[in-house]
Amino acid sequence: MDRIRDLASKKAAVIFTKSSCCMCYSIKQLFYELGASPAVHELDKEARGREMELALIGLGCNPTVPAVFIGGVFVGSTTDVISLHVDGSLKQMLINAKAIWF
Amino acid sequence: MADVSPRTDTSTDADTEDKNLRFQINQSQGIVASDGSDKYRDQKTLRRLAQNREAARKSRLRKKAYVQQLESSRMKLTQLEQELQRARQQGIFVSSSGDQSQSMGGNGALAFDVEYARWLEEHNRRINELRGAVNSHAGDGELRIIVDGVLAHYDSIFRIKGDAAKADVFHILSGMWKTPAERCFLWLGGFRSSELLKLLINHLEPLTEQQLSSINNLQQSSQQAEDALSQGMEALQQSLAETLAGSLGPSASSGNVANYMGQMAMAMGKLGTLEGFIRQADNLRQQTLQHMHHILTTRQSARALLAINDYFSRLRALSSLWLARPRE
Repeated sequence: MDRIRDLASKKAAVIFTKSSCCMCYSIKQLFYELGASPAVHELDKEARGREMELALIGLGCNPTVPAVFIGGVFVGSTTDVISLHVDGSLKQMLINAKAIWF
Repeated sequence: MADVSPRTDTSTDADTEDKNLRFQINQSQGIVASDGSDKYRDQKTLRRLAQNREAARKSRLRKKAYVQQLESSRMKLTQLEQELQRARQQGIFVSSSGDQSQSMGGNGALAFDVEYARWLEEHNRRINELRGAVNSHAGDGELRIIVDGVLAHYDSIFRIKGDAAKADVFHILSGMWKTPAERCFLWLGGFRSSELLKLLINHLEPLTEQQLSSINNLQQSSQQAEDALSQGMEALQQSLAETLAGSLGPSASSGNVANYMGQMAMAMGKLGTLEGFIRQADNLRQQTLQHMHHILTTRQSARALLAINDYFSRLRALSSLWLARPRE
């Protein structure tokens, strides 16, 4: 959990993924399209990856990847991110966290 | 005396064979010995052996006939399956007899097709009710109830699709449950919300500045989400192709067999993620409809739903015309 929180606080937009996950690829593309440069951490490449995945499960993230944090706050997985994007909230969150400017 | 081999096949009748065998054995033994028990035992053995050979031969012939029957049945089955597929493509609903030899996948697809047809019927009924209310200038209260009902009914098809995708993701992806013209525009097992919104904008006037800006933002957001999901699907295809290509090569050694199995397992895992993409695409459609309703007034939402229905009705009508077109 500490490792998750630690990494999540280091950049305005942070996404935890797995290298083989194509849905994670989709979410990354969405962020790039919005002009954000999220920090991407691949759990299968992290030494404490399994531990981190359990922490994400504890946060209620389902599926565990992709797991999105904006301004250090846990936002959710794919469904949450897309829903927030549709109603315009995602963009606003990114602006508030200074991940993007417009 | 001529040595008549018991293997000579002169008849297929068991009794006659038996008599022939006995005769042949007696002949080769010479005159029938009335008191020699040894000779009788040899006769018995020889006869048993000959009968065994005969039985084995008949068994082989029966097996061959059975296998030939199986092969021709299998060909017939394939033909029937193709006909069924063709019939379904032409929109002719062919009911399942509940035949247990049908695969689970086949049953799942047909079951969904039936549910979808029922949903569409109910949807059309609600739309007609909405049209009636709009044309008769019904009050906002009444309109809101009907509009909310239509939207809630949309929610139910997304739920049904979700279950169907779990049972048979490829059937949903194929769009075979939609008419041909609708299939032209198929994206991840359904319609593109961004396209729908583009069509609607002209039919929603008058819109306030705020509303116009919100609808444009919504259209852009759904387009961005669609693009993101499409790119994820492309990445999936690429990954799947690479996995399968990796298992190509000389298949002689057992090491390669293990490789093959491992790569098939990986490919299976990747195919499993398709359902997630369908689910996200449907979630996007659902969210877009909900947010559109949130931006618009009740009356505008009513007109939007009618316009959407008109558009899809035309597509379906086009499909019918296409299927009924005269051919050389």
